[in-house]
Amino acid sequence: MQSESHEQLHLRRSRISDRWFMAGVYGATGLFVAIVAGLFVELYAGSSSSIHAFGFKFLTSSHWNPVTNQFGALPMIYGTVVSSLIAIVLAGFVGVFGAAYLVEFAPRAVARPLAFLIELLAAVPSVIFGLWGLFILAPVLRAYVEPFLQAKFGFLPIFQGFIFGSSLFTAGIVLAIMIVPTVSAITRDVIAAVAREHREASMALGATRWETMARVILPGATTGIFGACVLALGRALGETIATTMVIGNKPAIAASLFQPAYTLASVIANEFTEATSDLYVSALIELGLLLFVVSLAVNGIARVLTWTVLRPAKAR
Amino acid sequence: MKRVNVLGAALSFAALVVAPALAATQLTGAGSSFVNPFFSKAFYEYSAAHSDVTVNYQPIGSGGGIQQFTQRTVDFGASDVPMNADEIKRLPASAVQVPIALGGVAVTYNLPSFIKGGLKLTRETLADIYLGKIAKWNDPRLTKINPGAELPDAPIIVVHRSDGSGTTYIFTDFLSHVSGEWKSKVGTGKSVEWPAPSAVGGKGNDGVAGAVRQTSGSIGYVELAYVHENKMTQAQLQNAAGRFGFCTGRGVAAAAATKLNLTPTDFSIVDTKGETAWPIAGYTWAFMYREYQKPEEKSRAKMVRDVLEWTATSGQRIAGTLDYVPLPESVQEIAKKSLSEIKV
Repeated sequence: MQSESHEQLHLRRSRISDRWFMAGVYGATGLFVAIVAGLFVELYAGSSSSIHAFGFKFLTSSHWNPVTNQFGALPMIYGTVVSSLIAIVLAGFVGVFGAAYLVEFAPRAVARPLAFLIELLAAVPSVIFGLWGLFILAPVLRAYVEPFLQAKFGFLPIFQGFIFGSSLFTAGIVLAIMIVPTVSAITRDVIAAVAREHREASMALGATRWETMARVILPGATTGIFGACVLALGRALGETIATTMVIGNKPAIAASLFQPAYTLASVIANEFTEATSDLYVSALIELGLLLFVVSLAVNGIARVLTWTVLRPAKAR
Repeated sequence: MKRVNVLGAALSFAALVVAPALAATQLTGAGSSFVNPFFSKAFYEYSAAHSDVTVNYQPIGSGGGIQQFTQRTVDFGASDVPMNADEIKRLPASAVQVPIALGGVAVTYNLPSFIKGGLKLTRETLADIYLGKIAKWNDPRLTKINPGAELPDAPIIVVHRSDGSGTTYIFTDFLSHVSGEWKSKVGTGKSVEWPAPSAVGGKGNDGVAGAVRQTSGSIGYVELAYVHENKMTQAQLQNAAGRFGFCTGRGVAAAAATKLNLTPTDFSIVDTKGETAWPIAGYTWAFMYREYQKPEEKSRAKMVRDVLEWTATSGQRIAGTLDYVPLPESVQEIAKKSLSEIKV
């Protein structure tokens, strides 16, 4: 009898704790949804007078003129997307291969401190990256790297034209350095999580470590790596101060990456504090709304890519 | 016994230190970041002399200052441009605007070869450079006013502030004064649509200075204090009287002295006629409300008024030590007179 009542007590207790746990889970999830929805509603409400005044033209116009109250966001959308793409291509490449080296090939004495150093990059404030980019990286790129690229690959429109220190290219590289820790840290965990049996099976079949890495481990970790890149891309899209300091802040679309450009977040950082007319403020808030939408869209596209590119590969 | 004595001494010492701090009223202001170095030092000295008042100034930008002042969340606001009709209409009550600081904007450049005496620019060539109409350094119009200078066959990179700023307002106000085309095509504002194809925006004075310093063949504009502190290369600019000169405190003071009837609606001191005047200069304005009703509001407002009056008059000697230009006597009088209209 006693043991039964003990079990009942236990059952009841676990039911209560179950309930608490469920409340916690649903509550936290609900809070997430509420925050995102609230953000969207607030941004939409704030930008209503700009949406009303410019409508769809806001997305297609290249003029950003606070004096005449004419606003268009196309160059900023372009700058945001392209600078982040440059960043994710560079950071994805370096981050994934770096992580593969650290997990599979590097001796422990090297891997530990190196991983620590890379992750330390994540703790550096973005204004430091911005200052470093402006005063150290930009002059080096302008004097050596960009002329070299122009000399070798000048037939490509993206490397043509006059070389500015502050440019889309500089911003992309600074962003890449900022998001490399995210890519590499997650990729390291994902690679380490690939089942030991797979590795051993591959080795047993006579594959070298490199072949195992390229044919077994990386394909197995692709979904996770993609997730890491999406997360990193999110940071690149929204990065404000570092980008503002090195991108040149010019609302124009140029084919060349060596030209200055502008991002959505940078305009807000630059102009919000001094914006006084209602329409101006509203247009700036609409940029915030666009940043929200662009981030969602990029995330969505990345997800669709994962499905379409990876699923057939697995089926094969 | 000894311990008690020590404790007692400590307590009475603490009381001495804490008591005035507790009694001091903290006044708050917000706005222009341009005046912040001057305000912080001036308010610090004011508090040292008046132990009952401390002032907390938040340099959040002129726009933010106007907004907070409108919502009455601060005791006073400050802006590099006086509030315009629209902004005044939005205020809950009538306000008084007083000139509180004076500053100049210098033109700086970066060329591979040193030019003895500095690059010379006329008002029209500066406007055309920023319009993109003079796009190369060896343009005949530049070589003509700079005989003997080695001007390269290179594009002119035009650097401007990317953040909304009073400095940009003063600079574009100047360009609008000297060029009809600038006035109709671009206009005057804290942020404008820069027409030159080779324009680059830097955030803050340091962003502009950084871009100019690193880009050979560039030209930019920064606050006078910043040029001095960083020993940047200045260009000579011709003023309305036809004289070439550098941006100096004296030149800015001369420009300010030409405008005796300064008011919040007629405040521009760019391109003035003074013989030695530097043509790109402007005032920062502080504002508070004209009337206060409740007794505690009144006593607070009186303190604010006293602080501002001291800052606009006796405090101006501090401005000189920080590379601002002290307000001319006549302008100090205008500030005093405006402040005396406040009913407390």
